[in-house]
Amino acid sequence: MSIGSTPLKYRVKIDTERCMQCKRCIENCSYGVFREEGDGIQIQSRNCVACHRCLAFCPRDAIEIEEKPGDYRSHPVWTREAREAIFNQAKTGKIVLAGMGNALPYPIIFDRLLLDACQVTNPSIDPLREPMELRTYIGKKPSSLDLRHLENGDVQLCTKLSPNLQIETPVMIGHMSYGAISLNAQTALVKAASRIGTFMGTGEGGLHESLYPYQDHMIVQVASGRFGVDINYLERGAAIEIKIGQGAKPGIGGHLPGDKVCADISCTRMIPEGSDAISPAPHHDIYSIEDLKQLVRGLKEATEWKKPVFVKIAAVHNSAAIAAGIARSGADAVVVDGFRGGSGATPRVFRDHVGIPVEAAVASVDAKLRQQGIRNEVSIIASGGIRESADVAKIICLGADAVYIGTSALIAMGCRVCGTCYRGTCAWGIATQKPELVARLDPEVNAVQVENLIHGWTLELAELMGAAGINSIESLRGNRDRLRGYMLDEGLMNVLDVKTVGA
Amino acid sequence: MGEVRINAKDMPYQVLNQRVRALVASGEKDIILDNVLGQRFIGDGIRGDDVTITVNGVPGGDLAMFMSGPTVIVHGNADHAPGNTMDNGKVVIHGSAGDAVAHSMRGGRVYVRDNIGYRGGINMKEYQTKRPILVVGGSARAFLGEYMAGGLVIVLGTDGVAPVSGRGVGSGIHGGEIIVRGRIDNTCLGGGAEQKKLTEDEKKAIRPILEDFVRTFTIDPDPVFSAEYSKIVPASKRPFASKYTWE
Repeated sequence: MSIGSTPLKYRVKIDTERCMQCKRCIENCSYGVFREEGDGIQIQSRNCVACHRCLAFCPRDAIEIEEKPGDYRSHPVWTREAREAIFNQAKTGKIVLAGMGNALPYPIIFDRLLLDACQVTNPSIDPLREPMELRTYIGKKPSSLDLRHLENGDVQLCTKLSPNLQIETPVMIGHMSYGAISLNAQTALVKAASRIGTFMGTGEGGLHESLYPYQDHMIVQVASGRFGVDINYLERGAAIEIKIGQGAKPGIGGHLPGDKVCADISCTRMIPEGSDAISPAPHHDIYSIEDLKQLVRGLKEATEWKKPVFVKIAAVHNSAAIAAGIARSGADAVVVDGFRGGSGATPRVFRDHVGIPVEAAVASVDAKLRQQGIRNEVSIIASGGIRESADVAKIICLGADAVYIGTSALIAMGCRVCGTCYRGTCAWGIATQKPELVARLDPEVNAVQVENLIHGWTLELAELMGAAGINSIESLRGNRDRLRGYMLDEGLMNVLDVKTVGA
Repeated sequence: MGEVRINAKDMPYQVLNQRVRALVASGEKDIILDNVLGQRFIGDGIRGDDVTITVNGVPGGDLAMFMSGPTVIVHGNADHAPGNTMDNGKVVIHGSAGDAVAHSMRGGRVYVRDNIGYRGGINMKEYQTKRPILVVGGSARAFLGEYMAGGLVIVLGTDGVAPVSGRGVGSGIHGGEIIVRGRIDNTCLGGGAEQKKLTEDEKKAIRPILEDFVRTFTIDPDPVFSAEYSKIVPASKRPFASKYTWE
């Protein structure tokens, strides 16, 4: 082969002074970096993906992982990643498959938005002293209320309300399927969601029997492959989500390779063991906005109009117009998944180049729905690259009702964002179906960690709101006045409908 | 219990379906809907292996969607996607049906006496003892059986019509089979599909299905049984496996 080998991505070193030969690194590494040879531990650095499992479990801090120990000649255009993708495709002639979210250094709009706080003229509110209303209702709100005054002085509500999901904090856990992640990981996430009083999505992998006790906190997904979808599944979910697109791969479908379809996954997805699970790019019964309306209503009819139906789209150029169509389809919420959204496996070219940031998409969806007088018809759920409570506050100011988190919740369970989920050998027991690796993830311990994370964010949100003199999440929603753009260009500030700092 | 009739004339679909649901819940087994004209979602999500819903007229889209068990008999044509994501049961259409017939169906049978539109049997799958079957008496249009992961589609092309003359038949098929009378032109085959002659043994295996179909619609059985058939099957179990390389 004329290309030869390329520089190491990572160099793994063991400090022999510190190492006590406990061999935990050998046991923990699922990528074959370490092996015992004679009296020592041999290292194959080329196998390392920097998942840090070895480092995390080394009792003596003897392991060091150096990124890009030997690099190419630096060049601003021909980056290492560009050159390596070319080498890879020159050798294989195939589509490069990658993991996690967008890996190119595009500017992050969240980091160019700043929140407001009260000084002197309006007092801030201390969340310790005053109640902070973070409870959010996801679903359709009536455009007006029909009230009747009764003779005894009471008021009766005559308007028929649509079913809503009640969440105690505007943070939900997004859809990660059993198949993409392990059952232990799903169990930990849904335990956390149920304790917090929020919801978690099933992804397009069906609902495993062992999660039935938590079904009241699960949003069941109906995607183009219809895996695991039957009437029982629809009835179990607290809400139903039609997945049209995903931020990590807008416009294309998904393929779960047959070697990941073990007996248990086969039952949950309702497909034969070992068969590829192929979700086509579009739903083949939805080729128009009218067809979408048909599916929304078909799902509502099947579940007797008792459950909210969400529609998830990837954030793309025309998200606002698409969302306006969705709001008229009878759906109760639109999920807008930005171009930083994660994925277990997505073509690199889609992950890095297709879609738009969630900040701009949500702001334009919110503005369009308000212009058309139909903002009350749907809730807006933002997802894709929500890293901390400040991102939650900022996206709510831009018009979202709530967020879905994915990667953040996985990081709370140990994920180091190594981005090799597609290999199925996740050393943390998250993105794998290998029983010995899955067993590493204790659902209870990890549920507590995810619960802690969401709890911490919720406290921070209350503090941020209090500092801004706001005591209810409704007053934060769409409140662009509490945001300022810092070093954003005028065009983008117009889209976001925010003023510059100092103005 | 005897039969129960509902006059569906000018009745909105939600009202009609609520009434059907209530009748099924109260134990009615034989429900007849008269004057149906465009009402959608009839039989949507209904359970009950021994329930029969007879539709006199033309039902709207997504007939028997998510249905699990009952039999729906339509005396008329059907619209878009009858049998959509159906789990079990039987749909018999004495007429033609629109696009995406039996879309994503996992179990049960859909029989269409005449013709169907585009994308018939698309994304059908099978699981354990569940094997969905779509039989079409006349012809089907393009994209028949695309992305099939399991199940059986049979297009008889009775009265000498070509079973399929559109393109994209079985694109991305990775399970199940599509059986057509005669042969389809190879230019109509989709990527990842291949056409083979149906052997005598294979023909014997589908004979009970064909017998049930001709009996259901009182079709002359001889031309159906004596015809030659081809099957369209996956060229590979994993049509997408060789498309990707790891980053």
